[in-house]
Amino acid sequence: MEYVIEMRNIRKEFPGIVANDDITLQVKKGEIHALLGENGAGKSTLMNVLFGLYQPEKGEIFVKGKKVENNDPNIANSLGIGMVHQHFMLVDKFTVTENIILGKEPVKGGTVDVKSAAAEVAKLSKQYGLSVNPNARIEDISVGMQQRVEILKTLYRGAEILIFDEPTAVLTPQEIKELIQIMKKLVQEGKSIILITHKLKEIMEVCDRCTVIRRGRSIGTVDVEDTNPDALAAMMVGREVNFKVEKSDSVPKHPVLQMDDVTVVDSRKVSVVDGLSLTVHAGEILGIAGVDGNGQTEMLEVITGLRKATSGKIMLNGKEITNKPPRKVTESGLGHIPEDRHKHGLVLDFSVGENIVLQTYYKKPYSKGGILKFKPIFDKAEKLIEEFDVRTPNVYTPARALSGGNQQKAIIAREVDRSPDFLIAAQPTRGLDVGAIEFIHSKLIQERDNGKAVLLVSFELEEVMNVSDRIAVIYEGKITAIVDPKETTEQELGLLMAGGKKAGVIA
Amino acid sequence: MENQKNWMKIAVPVISVILGLLIGAIIMAVSEYDPIKAYGALFQGVFGGSYFLGETVRQMTPLILSGLAVAFAFRTGLFNIGVEGQLLVGWLASVYVGVTVDAPAVIHIPLAILAAGVAGGLWGAVPGFLKARFQVHEVITTIMMNYIALYTTNAIIRAYLLAPGERTEAVAKSASLKSVWLENATDYSTIHYGFIVALIAAAVMWFVLWRTTTGYELRSVGFNQHASQYAGINVSRNIVLSMAISGAFAGIAGSMEGLGTYQYMTINAGFTGVGFDGIAVALLGANSALGVIFGAALFGGLKIGALNMQSIAGVPTEIIGIVIALIIFFVACSYLVHWVVNKVNKGGKI
Repeated sequence: MEYVIEMRNIRKEFPGIVANDDITLQVKKGEIHALLGENGAGKSTLMNVLFGLYQPEKGEIFVKGKKVENNDPNIANSLGIGMVHQHFMLVDKFTVTENIILGKEPVKGGTVDVKSAAAEVAKLSKQYGLSVNPNARIEDISVGMQQRVEILKTLYRGAEILIFDEPTAVLTPQEIKELIQIMKKLVQEGKSIILITHKLKEIMEVCDRCTVIRRGRSIGTVDVEDTNPDALAAMMVGREVNFKVEKSDSVPKHPVLQMDDVTVVDSRKVSVVDGLSLTVHAGEILGIAGVDGNGQTEMLEVITGLRKATSGKIMLNGKEITNKPPRKVTESGLGHIPEDRHKHGLVLDFSVGENIVLQTYYKKPYSKGGILKFKPIFDKAEKLIEEFDVRTPNVYTPARALSGGNQQKAIIAREVDRSPDFLIAAQPTRGLDVGAIEFIHSKLIQERDNGKAVLLVSFELEEVMNVSDRIAVIYEGKITAIVDPKETTEQELGLLMAGGKKAGVIA
Repeated sequence: MENQKNWMKIAVPVISVILGLLIGAIIMAVSEYDPIKAYGALFQGVFGGSYFLGETVRQMTPLILSGLAVAFAFRTGLFNIGVEGQLLVGWLASVYVGVTVDAPAVIHIPLAILAAGVAGGLWGAVPGFLKARFQVHEVITTIMMNYIALYTTNAIIRAYLLAPGERTEAVAKSASLKSVWLENATDYSTIHYGFIVALIAAAVMWFVLWRTTTGYELRSVGFNQHASQYAGINVSRNIVLSMAISGAFAGIAGSMEGLGTYQYMTINAGFTGVGFDGIAVALLGANSALGVIFGAALFGGLKIGALNMQSIAGVPTEIIGIVIALIIFFVACSYLVHWVVNKVNKGGKI
């Protein structure tokens, strides 16, 4: 059997860590091959080896049966390997066509021949059912469309083998459905696909075969037909994974957070939060369901002091915190796992230890009289990375070097460890693998059982339904309904999130 | 990789210096000067006796401080191009205190240096405030503040402090950093006690940045304003504070000239250049306190050595200007140096 891609016994080391240890990956022509593994298992490293960005210490790579020597991205490109990156590499101010031809511009009479390139792009787009407008500007099109531009970029360069690096992490459910269609179409047209993912549902839906790696080692390759999500998850994590969130009924007590008729007017004079009222009690997890852009971000910002309320009143633990600075709010008993862990959650160039004390560095024992005390800081960090299973070479490593899941665990460790009465978890599991998700959910529930109030905001409806004790639907800056997750359905929630009405709602 | 990184921190400047000197030699050869004789004279002009050592240290002193000023701001995410102006106001403030106040040396000297730090700090805080409050980029405002400082200090000297010779009166003995002892020990060079101040300042910069909660906040704001805000750090306050501390270092650099080297302040036709050299010194020293000291030593040494090069080998000092520029050039494009090192590491395989 000839493979279109064959990577044999690949070993790649970084100082202090073996990222890939004797991994073998064989991809058949015309198949969608999943590469499954936890965050930090070594998937991206393996693909970077294939793409020629890293040189392996050991092992061989064959493309269409021919051995590849001294691989680099140019060679990989010429062999027909294309990569659709998770973080798009596009110039915002350029059009789709300009982005696609960048670096390979067709020249006619000394100028760039954008016109014929646009025609070529339109043709490719049609052939693969991408419906991309070649003349649209990148900044004007949706994230899903931008991803298609990345796909077109590889096709334009003649890619036969496409690597998708966690392509669905940034997409809406609808966009994911469309992407799956596109991938199927690509394979029909003779392309081969390697799909890097940790979402089991997607693998079951589109992939033919799946190679699982765990902590840098190959665990095995299976036909998707012959397996099921539970088995895959067990292979990936190395133990049985519990998909059902186990929790007892909540015992809600006194109100901890009270928002009363809060309005936020943004710089465009739009009421992004519009007379919102909400109460979260001690001992419950309140989930916020809503379509992105209905005021969730602004609501959290106004609670945490990052944004000013135009009117209304916010109480935390019976104390008014309306328009108080972030530190005052934090000290009143707030823990905040922010939506964007790179922007707000971490100072990426700080060490893990320095990030662990981001909220507490000015307090004893981490500093005294304005002087930092490093021993308590790093001791604390050591303790928390142990307790929260943050995988990092050591506490002095910059946060930037950690995988997404471990960065998130570090943030959660920091916020939960302070034992705040009110914990905000915004998109806490975005981009994480099942093992990490399970862990984070159990931590949230544990906090609840300890009598804390938890506010969960997530675009993953399944997460909101599984973890929450009550669900509040947010629509156009208002809470439009509160439902019981045990009694509601995805359909009903979907309707409410789209602005539909529910009979007899008490908001 | 960590080890390699640390090693590269040293390798890049060292290789840059070698490359700079090499190309300087080529330029000399092309211009029909004898590079070997010239560098021999240069070397002698740095290490050839205690006099030259004293001169080098004197030259280094303000450069360390201006380098610290640039490095400090840079570590907190700001480009302080206004060191020159902050230095001038610091210089004037120190001379003013030195001339007008009457106090014993133990009070007078610290007071004059403090005045320089406060003046420079305030001068630096203005662009900091403008950035924090109105998002005006500090590069623009600090450059403008340089000109304001130059002409304002000149105007003040002319109006209030003028002495014969287009300058101020000399500072009182009790405010002077001059050291007869050091001068005698170094064959009557112009070395003064200022270098002690500069070394203390380097230690202070390191300590503030890496050991205090203030430094933690400043660095955090420099890396990521959003996360800092999330963590309850007052971003605006820290931007102003960073520029003020940076400006204070620059102001004290000015007092080294006022209380040490010159003992007075002249009406300056143009910038001293010490502030701008501070940018290069910080770059050369990788924005670390220790690195800045080495960077300043290199700069000071080359400048002093160049004088000897001119008198012995007849090579114009401008050649050293070119060499310095080349060194900065190579440090700035350290990518090139990395590339060379990688190629060499791979065993010459290209």
